[in-house]
Amino acid sequence: MSELQSGTGESLAEGKIVNIIIDLGVSLASIVIALLVGAIFILLAGESPIAAYGALYEGALGGTRQIMSTFWRSTPLIFTGFALAIPFRAGLFNIGGEGQLLVGGFAAGFVGYYFQMPGIIHAPVALLAGMLAGAFWGFIPGILKAWKGAHEVIITIMLNYIATLLTISYGINRLRIGGRPALPTIAEGAELFRLGDLPELPLLGSLPFIELFAQPGSRLHINFILALVAAFILWYLLERTTYGYEIRSVGINPAAAHYGGISENRTIILTMVIGGAMAGLAGAGEALGTHHSFIQGMDAGHGFTGIAVALLGRNHPAGIILAGLLFGGLAEGGLEMQFVGIPSEIVQIVQALVIFFVAALQMIKYFLARRRAKGESE
Amino acid sequence: MDIVRQLLALPLILASLRFATPLILASLGGTFNERSGVINIGLEGMMLFGAFAAVYGSFVTGNPWVGVLYSMIGGGVLALILAIVSVSLKADQIVVATGINIFASGITVYLLQVFFGSAGRSPRVTRLPSFRFLGTRYNPMTLVAVILVPIAWYVLFKTPWGLRIRSVGEHPSAADTLGINVNKYRFVCVLISGILAGLAGAHLSLGDGTSFVRDMAQGRGFIALAAMIFGKWNPLGAFGAALIFGYFEAVAIRVSIPGIPAEFIRTLPYVMTIIILAGAVGKATPPAKIGEPYFQEEE
Amino acid sequence: MAESKDYILEMRNISKYFPGVKANDGVELPVEKGEIHALVGENGAGKTTLMKILYGLLEQDEGEIHYDGKKVNIEKPQDAIDLGIGMVHQHFKLVDPLTVTENIILGSEPRRGLTIDKKTAQKRVQEISERYGLRVDPEAKIEDISVGMQQRVEIIKILYRGADLLIFDEPTAVLTPQEIDELFEIFESLKEQGKTLIFITHKLKEVKRVTDSITVLRNGKSVGHVATEEVDEKDIAEMMVGREVLFEVEKDKARPGDEVLNVKDFRVKDNRGIEMVKGLSFSVREGEIFGIAGVEGNGQTELVEALTGLREVESGKVEFRGEDITGLDARRVKEKGIGHIPEDRQRRGLVMGFDLAENMILGYHHQKPYSSRNIMNYGEINEHARKLIKEFDVRTSSHLNMASKLSGGNQQKAVIAREFAEEPELLIAAQPTRGVDVGSIEFIHEQLIKKRDEGVAVLLVSAELNEVLSLSDRIGVIFEGELVDILKAEDTDERELGRLMTGGQVKEAKASV
Repeated sequence: MSELQSGTGESLAEGKIVNIIIDLGVSLASIVIALLVGAIFILLAGESPIAAYGALYEGALGGTRQIMSTFWRSTPLIFTGFALAIPFRAGLFNIGGEGQLLVGGFAAGFVGYYFQMPGIIHAPVALLAGMLAGAFWGFIPGILKAWKGAHEVIITIMLNYIATLLTISYGINRLRIGGRPALPTIAEGAELFRLGDLPELPLLGSLPFIELFAQPGSRLHINFILALVAAFILWYLLERTTYGYEIRSVGINPAAAHYGGISENRTIILTMVIGGAMAGLAGAGEALGTHHSFIQGMDAGHGFTGIAVALLGRNHPAGIILAGLLFGGLAEGGLEMQFVGIPSEIVQIVQALVIFFVAALQMIKYFLARRRAKGESE
Repeated sequence: MDIVRQLLALPLILASLRFATPLILASLGGTFNERSGVINIGLEGMMLFGAFAAVYGSFVTGNPWVGVLYSMIGGGVLALILAIVSVSLKADQIVVATGINIFASGITVYLLQVFFGSAGRSPRVTRLPSFRFLGTRYNPMTLVAVILVPIAWYVLFKTPWGLRIRSVGEHPSAADTLGINVNKYRFVCVLISGILAGLAGAHLSLGDGTSFVRDMAQGRGFIALAAMIFGKWNPLGAFGAALIFGYFEAVAIRVSIPGIPAEFIRTLPYVMTIIILAGAVGKATPPAKIGEPYFQEEE
Repeated sequence: MAESKDYILEMRNISKYFPGVKANDGVELPVEKGEIHALVGENGAGKTTLMKILYGLLEQDEGEIHYDGKKVNIEKPQDAIDLGIGMVHQHFKLVDPLTVTENIILGSEPRRGLTIDKKTAQKRVQEISERYGLRVDPEAKIEDISVGMQQRVEIIKILYRGADLLIFDEPTAVLTPQEIDELFEIFESLKEQGKTLIFITHKLKEVKRVTDSITVLRNGKSVGHVATEEVDEKDIAEMMVGREVLFEVEKDKARPGDEVLNVKDFRVKDNRGIEMVKGLSFSVREGEIFGIAGVEGNGQTELVEALTGLREVESGKVEFRGEDITGLDARRVKEKGIGHIPEDRQRRGLVMGFDLAENMILGYHHQKPYSSRNIMNYGEINEHARKLIKEFDVRTSSHLNMASKLSGGNQQKAVIAREFAEEPELLIAAQPTRGVDVGSIEFIHEQLIKKRDEGVAVLLVSAELNEVLSLSDRIGVIFEGELVDILKAEDTDERELGRLMTGGQVKEAKASV
């Protein structure tokens, strides 16, 4: 085929913007279609989809209190979204978010109770412990993949089950005090700062909109801010550092990366450790900020929801924040739907549908692009 | 030593076959779809959904064999989704299969509520008849599994379809240039794996038990994949590997070692899966073109 | 077209469009019954597309195909097979772990009930093998047999399905000269049995040797149909390119200086643990081009990979300007000032999903000015890319285009630009013009000579005899992992090199260098 200059008149910037819009479109379309198909399941339960989705909306966005709750719910999801997305950029599928979250939460809950330290460092140290524990749980599949080529999908899933058995079945049963299926409640100094307490701070407290955070019953805590900060840091890492360059090249073409002197093994381990650390932070945040202990059920499937978050957010930090917020809203609204008689598992079903449709629409977009370009040349 | 005696007890070893049954079925299914070039990590979800469908079928008709039929349909339906989105639309196989697992997990609990008004467990239904052999209890699904092993081997290695399936996974464009419809064979193999995984689910809910419990697959769909890899994508090898994993599961439940908490022992199947995967892969090679969607037009 | 000729195939006015390009534009291909018909054109001219249309892998957008006098519709490979058209692809369509027989019968298996009838299959394979002189081992696995035998399996495969028109796509690219001779004997045998052959190649010597008529494609159009005996290589080349083509590269005499690279008793294994480089020794000096000639598969790939840090060294020593760099990893090899143009640009040389700018620093991304303290400096990176694109005539509209959007020739130019820009003292170029259009080939050759004249030491590895002969100052011939001889380029010719490449010996009277 003879080489033609790109004479289609489309400037490069336009091309990139068009791509982003298409990506957004695919994600939005997936959600809409998923919700529509979800309506079928709602009908199956004998309820009205309109009432159900109305409740969903009310529960998620019906007022400032609900919005704060949505932020709160989205916090661990943003982290677990990164747990999948970062290794994914290097070509790895980390489904171990659940397990990494559990060990992270366990470590944080453990440090939060069993260690004594001044309040000002107790929480950060506990968070750090959670992050490191998650990083370690991500390190295991990373090194097995790097050294032995062992498929990370199965290994991370096995580690999920092992984590559950170790932290919940064994850990909680051994360390619980009384009837509560949890580690003992953490020291007050280890608790994460509640954003609802912002108005009480000296300087920040006097800012105009700060009052919004002080919603009754709001459990929104500082891990939310940390999630946003982490998003920025990860974006910077991926797009502006040599580490990111290497991660991205390994993800697209390991042979060329090898040629370019990039160590595939190092990249695999690095991304799995980062992914595990993110999931660990999710767990630590929930333990220290939400429940104030490591309690059975705290994972609430966040690890798997993170997969949908990452896919919907196209593995891009900004997208993950938005997708995390969306699924946080779905989770929050899902509770409201229970009052209308719909089991909250409908949210899981919608998640799965989103995954299907994102995957399917991705390919349709690819086919359409090919056909469109073909037409242009005639 | 008492531990060794526990580990080598005859009832334990015989029970391994029963525990291995769902693994055998699912790994046979996995062998077919992976040989044709498609990765299916949705076996877990298909097994779970099959287990639920089996209970539903038995509940509605009072006949456990209808339940078995329902389990095949249930697994098949989920496999159909995977086949359409991953083979026909050529989307990422692992992503879609993960979606299937999430979907199965959600919908089974959802339907538990909607159909049975229960949060964790379905009502008891008529189960498959069980029989005793050498002092150990078995159910018909085990027989089905054992019979399917040589059949699967024969189909894969002695029939034209098996030859084509293998070629489609190793070098799809070679098969294509000879007029073989690559995606059609892959589609069918994915369906087969779903049906077999569904049958595995029927064993869990109707063969081994009498009801559906949420998340009752407990990772067996993934362990089946490890068995398939360990068995080098050969039905006979998968059978042997599944037996080994069945043994580990039996040990995890029945053996107690003083000083080691029961929960730690229960991690045995999962830990062994990791160890085997980490060790075996160096020698085992999957079909060459596995995981890559096949586009007919090359440019 | 004259009606008196007996055409087995006529492709009339075939057009085929792809995104942004017309791969075939009103192509005419008339093939007479019983002839060996050459289809030539440079890479990208549309030959493969045309043949894929004929074989049913693609469908034409315009035009008709007439077979044996009747208009036909070929929508899938099965249609072509049913008509009696068979294709031996450039990259064999063989399933490695299956046996020769299984590959041949695949899709048309003789059956007994539900099983494959192995006996009948073997018998039929035997028949064809004997009739056409195609030596194969029926029970051997494809992954264990030679390239030459693999090709014969491909031929039996299509004869098994009753092919009368056989298409060969670049069949000699992977063969030794001896195997090429065998192949051409098979051509004769097929012709005697009444078969018609279409022979796609860019090797004009072979066209002159075995074909009866030629169709030339250029930029998607058919520019001519001639009888082979009426034209010579120069004429064909001009038709292919549209202008006069230099077969010889014009260059000054080399002025070699100090030794830059010294390789001693080098041993390297391949992925299966088989020794592919068996004790090689050679050296390269600054200001000269040392060419390693050899048919692919004789250890060159492993040699280059081991020298550039992409493969382990079993034993031996590599010295770069006196410093021992044996076994050094890829990153540090580059830091030392050794550039590498890899033989597979799409797999190794470029990250297709990256834009050009990010590709232009692959391997050097951690060096200043492209990054400092691990933070990328995209201002510098983009500027660098813009500069190189202009300097090296890489045809693309922007440095931000994805690498996958460029043609093969321009991709290769980009790779070369990148490596040259880092001003290496030693340049290792492996198959630098493979799959590249003639215009770009000229450019690349000029650039290599230029580097040589600037004092760079160049190690050239190529399977193209012409290229090695015209560019190199000294030539080493690699055969089965050993350097059978090292000669001055001016002292040898193609025939001798061809002989050495298949294990022949140099006449004693010649002094080796």
